[in-house]
Amino acid sequence: MHIVPFAAVAWILGAGLYGVVTSRHLIHQIVCLIVVQSSTYVLLLGVGYVTGAVAPYFYDVPAHTPAVDPVVQALALTDVVVEAAVTALLLAFAIQAHKRFGTLDPQELAELRG
Amino acid sequence: MTGILAASAPRPVTPPLMDVLQVAVLVLVAAGATAVVAARQPVRQVIVLSGYGLLLAILFMVFQAPDVTLSELTVGAVVLPILLLLGLAKVRKKEE
Amino acid sequence: MTPAARRRAFLIAGAGLVAFYLWGLAGLPGFGHYPGPYGTIINRVAVAQTKATGVVSAVNFEYRGFDTVGEEFILFVAATGVATVLRHLRGERERSAVDEALDRDAPPTSEAVRMVALIFTGPTVVIGWYLASHAQTSPSGGFQGGVVLATAFILIYLAGQFLVFERVSPVDITDAVEAAGAGGFACIGVSAVALGLPYLSNVLPLGRTPGAVDSSGTIALISFFVGVEVAAAFVLIVGELLEQTLLIRQGSR
Repeated sequence: MHIVPFAAVAWILGAGLYGVVTSRHLIHQIVCLIVVQSSTYVLLLGVGYVTGAVAPYFYDVPAHTPAVDPVVQALALTDVVVEAAVTALLLAFAIQAHKRFGTLDPQELAELRG
Repeated sequence: MTGILAASAPRPVTPPLMDVLQVAVLVLVAAGATAVVAARQPVRQVIVLSGYGLLLAILFMVFQAPDVTLSELTVGAVVLPILLLLGLAKVRKKEE
Repeated sequence: MTPAARRRAFLIAGAGLVAFYLWGLAGLPGFGHYPGPYGTIINRVAVAQTKATGVVSAVNFEYRGFDTVGEEFILFVAATGVATVLRHLRGERERSAVDEALDRDAPPTSEAVRMVALIFTGPTVVIGWYLASHAQTSPSGGFQGGVVLATAFILIYLAGQFLVFERVSPVDITDAVEAAGAGGFACIGVSAVALGLPYLSNVLPLGRTPGAVDSSGTIALISFFVGVEVAAAFVLIVGELLEQTLLIRQGSR
């Protein structure tokens, strides 16, 4: 159990990178980038987990119950929302590329000379 | 709202059971990531991404992070598919 | 490079990368054995210091508030970036939304979808508002509440048509609301500086009961502003992308 979540993180990262490298459609590539980013959320939460602890909210549990690390949760939380906005920006670039060059294949786009 | 739910305090999940749950959801998430990458048609991939977002939300819940669950649910299952489908509609329109 | 050669090169390099990554991750203290001091310290002192029972939001808006300002401005800049990148190219004109709606060759939205979207719009707004204003109490906060509020506007688009969506969220007003949200957050920080304290210190009264709606000083106020800004940013982005489907290109390429 010590390394199972980290093995999952490495697998998700590898799968997402494989998708990015071998993709033939810009929007498929953007979604694979989302998968790569999701591996970092799992890593953040995996690092901060404490066995047998509760979520760090003390509204209905007494104030000194052992809880998981709240700092990595704060990082992951803002990370998720900001990722959506950056994806929108990438999509805008993909749309403009399609308008200018007529193709959405990244391997064809790489050979164009602007 | 949380006060009403706290009146019937739930039984805590014992560590061995929690371990099994976490490993099961981790395996599902890894399989989901592979499925998202393996779906080559963009429209199909967006639907699989929506399901993957739900799996991730369940994983965050099992890791005792309800705030991140809320964010991931709304972003991963609603906002991201909407943005991607709108982009796809725009691109497909051009191809006609 | 042919696609097959690319795939082979990646499989070799990718396997090496993942192996190094796993080797690095194996050096961590193991899942569940959290060693670090700051997590336990913050859990111990946060409720007493900020009178907020939601420690994650307290970290986000109080202990780590300056980083959150930066992240919120990433959202702001991304929304601006989408509007800038999707500007009209030379030779494109915008088709009126009414002509576009009459000319659709796709099947019309099913009645079931429209009714469900209509029914859920109201509760979604209420839930979003609740989430954005209860950051200090329970698992809620500005970011989640803002995204749920933006979802309500998307539901309006699904329930009606693009025309209704445009009328409900005109670009000028949404722009102003987003700027007010981002500016409000920065101003709260500056107001602390005006009182002689460091930027973003908690200067409002902290309240008596931890976790009540009026407790925790600036945390609740900042969370509200962040919620408004996040909702406006996502509505702007979705509106920009929707407008793109109305553009047609004049003449051939």
